[in-house]
Amino acid sequence: MEIPYAVKPRPDTGLYNAKLGIWLFLASEVMLFGALFSSYILLRVNAEEGTWPHHWLNIWLGMTNTFVLIISSVTVVLGWASLKMGQFKRYKFFQGITILCALVFLGIKSVEYRDKFMHYEVHLKDGRIADGHLQPAETTDKMLVLEGRFVTNHAELMEGSLHHGGEPKIEIPKDEIISMENYGPWHNTYTAIYFTLTGLHALHVIGGAIVIFAIWGPLAKVWEQDPERYTNRVEVSGLFWHFVDLVWIFLFPVLYLL
Amino acid sequence: MSDMHSPSVAAGAADEHSIEAARKHIRTYLIVGVALLCGTLLTVWASLIDFGSREINIALALFIASTKGFLVAGFFMHLISERKMIYAVLSFTTFFFVALMYLTLFSMAHGNIVHIR
Repeated sequence: MEIPYAVKPRPDTGLYNAKLGIWLFLASEVMLFGALFSSYILLRVNAEEGTWPHHWLNIWLGMTNTFVLIISSVTVVLGWASLKMGQFKRYKFFQGITILCALVFLGIKSVEYRDKFMHYEVHLKDGRIADGHLQPAETTDKMLVLEGRFVTNHAELMEGSLHHGGEPKIEIPKDEIISMENYGPWHNTYTAIYFTLTGLHALHVIGGAIVIFAIWGPLAKVWEQDPERYTNRVEVSGLFWHFVDLVWIFLFPVLYLL
Repeated sequence: MSDMHSPSVAAGAADEHSIEAARKHIRTYLIVGVALLCGTLLTVWASLIDFGSREINIALALFIASTKGFLVAGFFMHLISERKMIYAVLSFTTFFFVALMYLTLFSMAHGNIVHIR
């Protein structure tokens, strides 16, 4: 027995099953990210004066990723419009760019994550704090080498720089170190909420890219058999992709700029 | 509801009318895309200006982000011309989302504030 309204819209709602399904799913996604944004607000507003970091992330990389996601949203909708006009090759071209954009976004995100995992805060016996990026090639059993700076007050670390990189190399004898920790999710509440929000978002990008790729590649033969069903699939995956873009539009200013 | 959504406009069987409608939509998508890119530049620029109060920067950034969000949801996701059923689903989401944010703000004003280092 064929499932009704799998392709053709139901007359009273004007929706086919998958379209109603994706909107119900997106409604639940709004609440998921809403809860995390709520957590962010509470953590930030309740943080003691001078303990919430600013400009710890590279604004220019974040802006580039925002551009990449916006371009991918445009190509998704252009691909769908191409199918509506019966232009399959144009659709393949536009959706190919979308997949490329997803890979670029994830590539930039992984560069940013690596940067945080290589960034260390080192507490020394003389009371100073060394802060910078680990240089594994130059670090030895007795000497830790960072590209960064020394500070005496922890609050100085809260204000990052708009121009990342290019800091001098500093050498720290390992027997002078009391403790050291990288800027992973465990570092403080800011990095915890940063990794949670962007990690969850990145999982959505990965999931969306896999679905878009599957429809674009292995499942492309459906276009020959049932073009309307295929176009519906592209529309539904596109709606999810736009939602992913929508979430990033709020994540970027909240985490990178404010 | 736009022509692009009409069930009669079957993919692969596009008539002249639907092709013309699609072309119009493509122009809209491109304009919205450029507006979103400009909005991103505006957000970065506004965040680097000292308005004398960080609250102004936050309000401005959220206003621009909301405008961009409206463009994505309204035009790319076609929410400005969607079916009533979708609006019904989203009205529940809006209610619960607003309630969540209200509870967040309420707890900030009345709850025991825990300072987190």
